[in-house]
Amino acid sequence: MNKTVPVLKSKNLQVIRGGALILDVPFLSVTEGEILSLIGPNGAGKTTLLQVLSQLIPFSRGDVYFKGQIIGSNHSVIQYRRKLAMVFQEPLLFDTTVVENVASGLRIRGIKRSEIRDIAAAQLARFGISHLADRSAKTLSGGEAQRTSLARAFATRPEILFLDEPFASLDPPARESIIDDLERVIRETGTTTVMATHDRLEAIRLSDRIAVMNGGKIVQAGAPEEVMNHPADEWVASFVGTETILPGKVAEKNGSALFISAFGRSVEAAGEAVPGEDVVLCIRPENVTLSECGPASATSARNVFRGTVEKIIPSGAFYKVRIDCGFPLAAYVTRNAIDDLSLREGMPVTASFKATAIHVIRRKLK
Amino acid sequence: MDIILEGIKQAFHLLITFDPEVMGITLLSLQISGTATFISLFIGISGGTAVALSNFPGRKLVVSLINTGMGLPPVVVGLFVTIFLWRNGPLGFLEILYTPTAMIIAQAIIATPIVMGITLAAMQQLPKKLRLQILALGATRVQMVWILIREAKLPLLAAVMAGFGGVISEVGASIMVGGNIKGYSRVLTTATVMETSRGNFDIAIALGIILLLFAYFINLVLTQIQQRERPR
Repeated sequence: MNKTVPVLKSKNLQVIRGGALILDVPFLSVTEGEILSLIGPNGAGKTTLLQVLSQLIPFSRGDVYFKGQIIGSNHSVIQYRRKLAMVFQEPLLFDTTVVENVASGLRIRGIKRSEIRDIAAAQLARFGISHLADRSAKTLSGGEAQRTSLARAFATRPEILFLDEPFASLDPPARESIIDDLERVIRETGTTTVMATHDRLEAIRLSDRIAVMNGGKIVQAGAPEEVMNHPADEWVASFVGTETILPGKVAEKNGSALFISAFGRSVEAAGEAVPGEDVVLCIRPENVTLSECGPASATSARNVFRGTVEKIIPSGAFYKVRIDCGFPLAAYVTRNAIDDLSLREGMPVTASFKATAIHVIRRKLK
Repeated sequence: MDIILEGIKQAFHLLITFDPEVMGITLLSLQISGTATFISLFIGISGGTAVALSNFPGRKLVVSLINTGMGLPPVVVGLFVTIFLWRNGPLGFLEILYTPTAMIIAQAIIATPIVMGITLAAMQQLPKKLRLQILALGATRVQMVWILIREAKLPLLAAVMAGFGGVISEVGASIMVGGNIKGYSRVLTTATVMETSRGNFDIAIALGIILLLFAYFINLVLTQIQQRERPR
């Protein structure tokens, strides 16, 4: 797999509708075999960008390149579309059998009947739906239908796979198993993939790179860890799940250690800023440790604050604990931790976090 | 009551004995209405699909005209087709007034908006993203339209039924542009009107029953196809 060749590239893409600029992406590049996720809230422009990149809708300005060639100019749109596949949130199956659906892209390409049969059978097996081959697509469950849609997409051996919120309408068990299978197939085939999702956990799990979108623009792009732990601004920080976002001012700098005044408390963080500079502190809830109030416990954390539990909120496998430490702070804890610490609302607690667990955003440089 | 019973008896007699006149009228009815329906399907499905898939200024007006056309009164169609085909009319040089061809034209005009309106509704009912999905599968525009028509096949069968039902049973336009000429342009509906006016209720009932049976059997066949196509 050559990770350096841009299979897909776009320059100065703009979509203007009703006089409003709804998509503005100066540059985007996806290398061969890469999985890029576009994340952002509803209306961020993820779907529009996918549809423009796949040349399914017209755009006002810019160019899309496939392997260095401009689509529509020196590479025909139909030929380009025949090198990609698209899976939408709704399976959008045809009113025929499952196997006929899987074969539909091949029929459109005029592939020989015998070849179609073999390819369709292989894809049905790959997605575990061989037993549904002769069933009417209209009788499938949501998960089965989306598997059929994925099998149809892979049947044409696409060079680029576009996924538009493909798991959003599935129930959790179906979703888990389809994500597992899709991840396996993408890795096996090395298919370059661009996926739009509003679920950051899906994006982290599947992607090599994440692009965060807001208001039709890509506001940050990078490796999942980079985006999650070093958000470019407060909005990105909030969107990627940074629960504690505090405005502060650098009081002192000692090497790479910054002493920041926030809400009248001194917080030690690692980062680049100068004394007197306005900054924003981002602390992810999973980086905050809670312990009982009492004699100072042994911790390597540079920041230890006493506070009061304000609220305990079930949050999937974890519980989110909101603490008032003179500033609002959030921590994720397990059910066991809640029992061990006998955590309840209104009780005092000690919260600690490392200086390196804080991401410092320089306000002036924004 | 006796008139009705006698009429039914006579109807079965005419049917069982394959009365040549009745058979001739029936065959001509089928030919005229079948051809008109076929023409209306061609124009109606193409036009309905084109309007459904396109966006242009005045589209709403076009849609409202199509919907209005679905209730076009046959006598009005008959009137205008007669005027156009009249010896001094714009198309008088064709000399086809009071011919089966004129009847086909009139019936096709009646059925086309019906087929177009149902096609339009059927196409608009399909998910908008389906078009994008088909294009993403690598389809050309022609392939996309064909696949969409196939996807809308069940409501389109309803369009066939409605179109054929509309013209096989209409009488106003047929009598006006066809003239109800014996052995030439006399169809089931016009013959029924004539026999009723003459007081020949038995023959009128016989023709009425044949008309009903035809409408029923053709719709039965189409319904069978439609139901077979439904998801299991």
